[in-house]
Amino acid sequence: MKKAGAEIFVESLKQEGAKVIFGIPGGVVLKLFDVLHQQKDVEVVLTRHEQGAAHMAEGYAKATGKAGVVLVTSGPGMTNIVTGLADAYMDSIPIVAFTGQVSTALIGNDAFQEADNVGISRPCTKHNVLVKDVNDLARTIKEAFYIATTGRPGPVLVDIPKDVSTNKAEFKYPDKVSLRGYNPTYEGNKHQIKQAAEEIMQAKKPVIYVGGGALFSDAADEVLELAEITQIPVTMTLMGLSSFPGTHPLSMGMLGMHGGYWSNMAMHHADLLIAVGARFDDRVTGKLSDFCPEARVIHVDIDPTSIKKNVHAHIPIVGDVRTVLRQLNVLLRSMDGNQSDLKEQRRPWRSQIEEWKRTHPLRYHQDEKVTKPQYVIEKLFEITKHDGIVATDVGQHQMWAAQYFKGTKPRTFITSGGLGTMGFGFPAALGAQKAYPDRLVMCITSEGSFQMNLQELAVAAEYKLPVKIVLINNQFHGMVRQWQDLFYEGRYASSYLGKIPDFVKLADAYGIHGLRALKPAEVEPVIREGLKHKGPVLMDFHVDPFENCYPMIPAGGAHHEMVLEDPPELRKAQKSGATKKKAEEGEGVLPA
Amino acid sequence: MERIISVLVENKFGVLARVAGLFSARGYNIESLSVAPTLDPTTSMITIVTAGDDRVIEQIMKQLNKVVEVLKVVDMTETSFLDRETALIKVHTRPEHRDEAIRIADIFRAKIVDSSPGTYTIEVTGDVDKVEALINMLKPLGIKELIRTGRVAIAREAKLPSRREQQAAKA
Repeated sequence: MKKAGAEIFVESLKQEGAKVIFGIPGGVVLKLFDVLHQQKDVEVVLTRHEQGAAHMAEGYAKATGKAGVVLVTSGPGMTNIVTGLADAYMDSIPIVAFTGQVSTALIGNDAFQEADNVGISRPCTKHNVLVKDVNDLARTIKEAFYIATTGRPGPVLVDIPKDVSTNKAEFKYPDKVSLRGYNPTYEGNKHQIKQAAEEIMQAKKPVIYVGGGALFSDAADEVLELAEITQIPVTMTLMGLSSFPGTHPLSMGMLGMHGGYWSNMAMHHADLLIAVGARFDDRVTGKLSDFCPEARVIHVDIDPTSIKKNVHAHIPIVGDVRTVLRQLNVLLRSMDGNQSDLKEQRRPWRSQIEEWKRTHPLRYHQDEKVTKPQYVIEKLFEITKHDGIVATDVGQHQMWAAQYFKGTKPRTFITSGGLGTMGFGFPAALGAQKAYPDRLVMCITSEGSFQMNLQELAVAAEYKLPVKIVLINNQFHGMVRQWQDLFYEGRYASSYLGKIPDFVKLADAYGIHGLRALKPAEVEPVIREGLKHKGPVLMDFHVDPFENCYPMIPAGGAHHEMVLEDPPELRKAQKSGATKKKAEEGEGVLPA
Repeated sequence: MERIISVLVENKFGVLARVAGLFSARGYNIESLSVAPTLDPTTSMITIVTAGDDRVIEQIMKQLNKVVEVLKVVDMTETSFLDRETALIKVHTRPEHRDEAIRIADIFRAKIVDSSPGTYTIEVTGDVDKVEALINMLKPLGIKELIRTGRVAIAREAKLPSRREQQAAKA
């Protein structure tokens, strides 16, 4: 029997095991929504903005490893998800976005709500397709999910014209995909792996540097095994956080621009770098010509374009992280059974790192008057015992979350790394919560980022998604303000957010529980009360507007050139109230 | 250095845009481009002539390989190959120049494919040097219009030094 395109669409989603779809209807996708409405297997989450839908799908995908699904209408519906697509493309997040398109006969006629969806999304998707014939729909959907989730994952867009959703075709969902131009390499080259193993055994000052690829390939166990067999300390990129237990003695936490002093120093002095599913982003490497000057580089990545893009790899291994590490671990175990020797061999290196950590720890000074943002985040993790899923927005709070988060389970730190999308955190948290209704999901955000997608509070309320919003309210685009303090002589050009809403009232308007902590003493009680509350909660923490995020590699600096605290003249200006006065020259009042 | 890159792709709409986008997104110009189906009508060969530093070209080639509809990417510059282009040149011919135009065309084994009282249209096929030499010879007569196809390239069967090696030897 023949089925309409919309029915084929929904049946295909079911075949792919999609349980939830995030989106907003519109003229050309009415038929798709109509068919979705008449079944129970795939739930529709009606977001309040298409950008929210895209980020929710990302959060869902990051938390589960399955493709997140988006369905929006043509024209503005599609253009509103572009930020989400670009974000997913940068951070290799598998999402499949279905966009409506005007009828095939009208394409190119400047029809109402027409946009060149495949043209607009081409540079920010892994693959995209305009389906012109309903007979191609099922196959295209199958391919879309396959491409999104295999190899280096990424967003795929499928553009469905209105007539394709109403035209009829025989439905047969293909069993398998055959794409002659797309065959990701999973197994690593044996010769290269052997060479890598030999160098790992020889190295005196090795570092394992783990990126998001380890999470996408579910390789947390393999990374742990590699570190433990070889006794090599592990540092993670922002995207790699939670791939290795933050509490493990071999964990060095995050590296890079706002990474730990010790992890960056370890990079600078390393003689061997084992890069695992990472892409040597400029926020990680700092100045390339001074990057790891003494290290040989082993680079494992499924994407050949990531290898030797920024940094030369002495031993490139193209392959899936988990598969390659399994091959490598087997070899390493066979090469040397005597682990205590290896432990002994690594001792001087590890104590050097411990020394750096001891002399240059993360630090802030909390007094009784003004809450420090780090204090809120540290307390949050202390109280939750680092258990739960964290989604962050972008900026200072994101870096503090990354510094103080010591999660032990994979896929528990969700953040926008590559694109740095403010407004990502809250919808991403909702997506993760939708996937895991019973787990603790926290959104660490700030007044700047949160206001970029706060309309999704309605989704939290309507779908009863009990996300705990931890809002670090410093009344500034804090990271911008920090750079203005450090590099623009303290001129706060458009970084002060004078008119900030009363977030507790705002939450209340959506029927969400709101709490506020104005003083340090109120921080812990508010966190405890917020976590105890059954539904979604918004906790508004008023913090020191002038706290800066350290340590920091200034732009263009190298790993060993970290700045550890505010320069003296800046501290002086802050003490005299000059910075505060400057901010106040605009509208709004800072907390006493 | 000039690079000639052959990209075998699925013969579908949108593929050329993706391929071209990889160049334009990096601010790289495509000097010439030719696309046509191969023996297998489901595939097309795109021949791209571009210039750029080795690192960027290597990155673009890897990115090309990543495109789902791209089946094969070959940097012809790393092989020994033949390349050809065709040009159609419309020259002004005053009565006293008409014989001269024919002679020049003959020397280059080019053909006169259209004629009007004031013009000849000359068709020439060859490598870039030949086409450009002919253009230079015709310039004094006055070229009214010029169309070039962009180059196509095919590898030689016999193993000879690659274009890159030849250029290095010359230098």
